[in-house]
Amino acid sequence: MGRYSIFSLLRHAATGNRGWQRAWRAASPKPSYDVIIIGGGGHGLATAFYLAENHGVRNVAVLEKGYIGGGNVGRNTTVIRSNYLLDGNTQFYEYSMKLWEGLSAALNFNVMFSQRGQLVTAHSADQLDAFAHRANIMRSNGIDADILDRQQVRKLVPYLDFSETARFPIHGAIFQGRAGTARHDAVAWGYARAASCHGVDIIEGCEVTGFLRDDERIVGVETTRGHIGAGRVGLAVAGHTSVLGQMAGLELPIESHLLQAFVTEPVKPLVNHVIAYGADHFYLSQSDKGGLVFGGNLDGYNSYSQRGNTGVLREVCEAAIALMPNISRLRLLRHWGGIMDMTPDASPIISPTPVEGLYLNGGWCYGGFKATPASGWCFAHMLATGKTHPLIEGYGLDRFRTGYLLDEAGAGPFAWLQ
Amino acid sequence: MLRIECPCCGTRDHGEFRYGGDAAVERPAHDNSDPDAWYRYVYVRSNPKGLHQEFWQHVLGCRQWLVVERDTVTHSIRSVSFSRRQRA
Ligand SMILES: Cc1cc2nc3c(=O)[nH]c(=O)nc-3n(C[C@H](O)[C@H](O)[C@H](O)COP(=O)(O)OP(=O)(O)OC[C@H]3O[C@@H](n4cnc5c(N)ncnc54)[C@H](O)[C@@H]3O)c2cc1C
Ligand SMILES: [Zn+2]
Repeated sequence: MGRYSIFSLLRHAATGNRGWQRAWRAASPKPSYDVIIIGGGGHGLATAFYLAENHGVRNVAVLEKGYIGGGNVGRNTTVIRSNYLLDGNTQFYEYSMKLWEGLSAALNFNVMFSQRGQLVTAHSADQLDAFAHRANIMRSNGIDADILDRQQVRKLVPYLDFSETARFPIHGAIFQGRAGTARHDAVAWGYARAASCHGVDIIEGCEVTGFLRDDERIVGVETTRGHIGAGRVGLAVAGHTSVLGQMAGLELPIESHLLQAFVTEPVKPLVNHVIAYGADHFYLSQSDKGGLVFGGNLDGYNSYSQRGNTGVLREVCEAAIALMPNISRLRLLRHWGGIMDMTPDASPIISPTPVEGLYLNGGWCYGGFKATPASGWCFAHMLATGKTHPLIEGYGLDRFRTGYLLDEAGAGPFAWLQ
Repeated sequence: MLRIECPCCGTRDHGEFRYGGDAAVERPAHDNSDPDAWYRYVYVRSNPKGLHQEFWQHVLGCRQWLVVERDTVTHSIRSVSFSRRQRA
């Protein structure tokens, strides 16, 4: 597999672009591996890449029941930021941000990371105070953060509703200039290609249907393509953690919920930033193709169906127009949904499990895309060494027993409110 | 949209209801001092891919708490009953 470069582009252009190879090898299962990762999403693929790159563990397989990029990694709204409040989250997401900043170079694949900046609008003096608190915490951790007053926000994004009749007048905003978006498919493809170059087997169309045990220890998996042995097994199946967990006999603090995303017809460049609406759960950005990409609330009840309902559609459009009245005549082109593990404290789980040989990476709720590089980095560390990386000490499965929750949203143990 | 057949009010759009989560979870007895029982009650969920028993409250109607048996993949609803009768 050749490296991508300006020279490879020119060479292929000169020969009619007929010589490009597939980005990663099509692999078939070997009888056993040192490490098997279940789930070929962003997190699973990143884990495989860092296992090989950072730890030299190359006898690795990623098993994906569908195709690479078909899960949440290809369904999200691609917002990347590190404006967290709680110790444990703050440092972890900033580490991820730093990895994003070098990711295209590290993978030799353009993930189109665009640091266009993110604003979260404040709609009361109290909310702006809370944002100032958050900004101070971010800055004391070396993360960029600015508090903008109403005039500064207006200068930056004049098209928001600054009129006398705005339902929730804008008082100001918190701004992170290094936040932005990335091309989500490219993240999956880039990690898949880079891992495959290191010898990792990426096996698509291979569903895990059970676990192989020797006494209590997990020693492999049953799949639709036969039994495969493994030294260690890492679970990174996004919204299906409970389903796989059940096969292994785990009881988990997780519910699966649906989140939708929406995109409008393309328009000329209008929105230069990622904008989150502080008066409701709503955010938007403009894609490279020109569509405005929206996100909002969960559908709000347990679901494993990757299609949404129209109640949330209406709420999201109401919020969009309240924030930005000038888009009221745009047509929505598409909406779609993804299933996510919701935890009772809105924070992820990267942890050993009570089942020997089985490690868990899940519970990302609806913010896990931004975490992809750091999640893979730390999970690879755990699978290679058996030890917990210092950045993820707060993400252990036992925190719900010990009471050391990371309840970033402050919504209590109600997964559908997080 | 789900359509929930409220035993008081008839078939209504789920936008009239508030979700209350897993109805299969049992609250430990008040004097139960086993932390594991409380941990499981507060946090552990079976989260089935398939039939799920769940609470919904008809907030914009009769305000009754209901137990709805719903398939989490197809969203088809098998049964709806009053939660107070079921839990009596
Ligand atoms: C609409 C929407 C918007 C979002 N917006 C954002 C955002 O703006 N910013 C952000 O940071 N995050 C966002 N997220 C969250 C983010 O996408 C997820 O948290 C993250 O992508 C999950 O990790 P993953 O990429 O590995 O999951 P996935 O890509 O879903 O990977 C899991 C894989 O496991 C596979 N799998 C499942 N069961 C099995 C099995 N039995 N055998 C083999 N394979 C199996 C699945 O097919 C899937 O490919 C959003 C999510 C959604 C749905
Ligand atoms: Zn009713």
